[in-house]
Amino acid sequence: MIFAEVSSDPIDTAALLAKVGSDEDGAALLFIGVVRDHAEGRKVTGMRYDVYAEMATEVLREIALEASIPLGTDRIAVAHRFGELKIGDISVGIAVSSPHRAEAYEASRFVIEEIKKRLPVWKKEHYVDGVSEWVEGTIPPGAGLEGSTHVVPLTDEGLA
Amino acid sequence: MSVPVRTLFFAAYRDRLGVSELSIDLPSGSTVADLVNELRGRGAPFDMLPEKPAVAINQIYSFLDEPLTAGDEVAFIPPVAGG
Repeated sequence: MIFAEVSSDPIDTAALLAKVGSDEDGAALLFIGVVRDHAEGRKVTGMRYDVYAEMATEVLREIALEASIPLGTDRIAVAHRFGELKIGDISVGIAVSSPHRAEAYEASRFVIEEIKKRLPVWKKEHYVDGVSEWVEGTIPPGAGLEGSTHVVPLTDEGLA
Repeated sequence: MSVPVRTLFFAAYRDRLGVSELSIDLPSGSTVADLVNELRGRGAPFDMLPEKPAVAINQIYSFLDEPLTAGDEVAFIPPVAGG
């Protein structure tokens, strides 16, 4: 069962790991993303995560679903936190299980990389000098383009 | 007939614009690009929005030439930085 959650509550990693695993699985992985104390040479004291909560929950679920196909199991649980976080706080947790380790590692990696590409979440770093700045982000693939008019429609003639 | 839409601004956009949400009436037949032009045409601070921003209509990433319908929720998505 795929589990995806976006919340301001601390991430319970044991509970996340408990959501995956089965008798047929020989590998279970837990990845955690943690707030660190530096960024590009600047001392960081904390981080504020903003989120488009309703959309982020759906995108997170979509990412987990995509990861489940090559994984071969639907045993993926992922949680992303928002709000004010301190150094050492867990911002994201990803639990995955599968019969063999290779697929689990791949799925876990896929989920975190896709989160970085397209989850509608933003972070503002607080620096030791009292300044706070939004972290420069990534433009989600395909967003901001004019695309729908470039799609070649299927014609009735082609289906004869 | 007009098309009322609800626009949302997050993170750096919200900070720079000083608002998180605006209700806007657009002429019927308007696209996301028309909405962007309407907002940018208001001048500062709205002209800080990119000409071709990432947007989501009703929580799905969308193209700029997508037509809007009454009641749509259009979110302006600054470059994302999750994880």
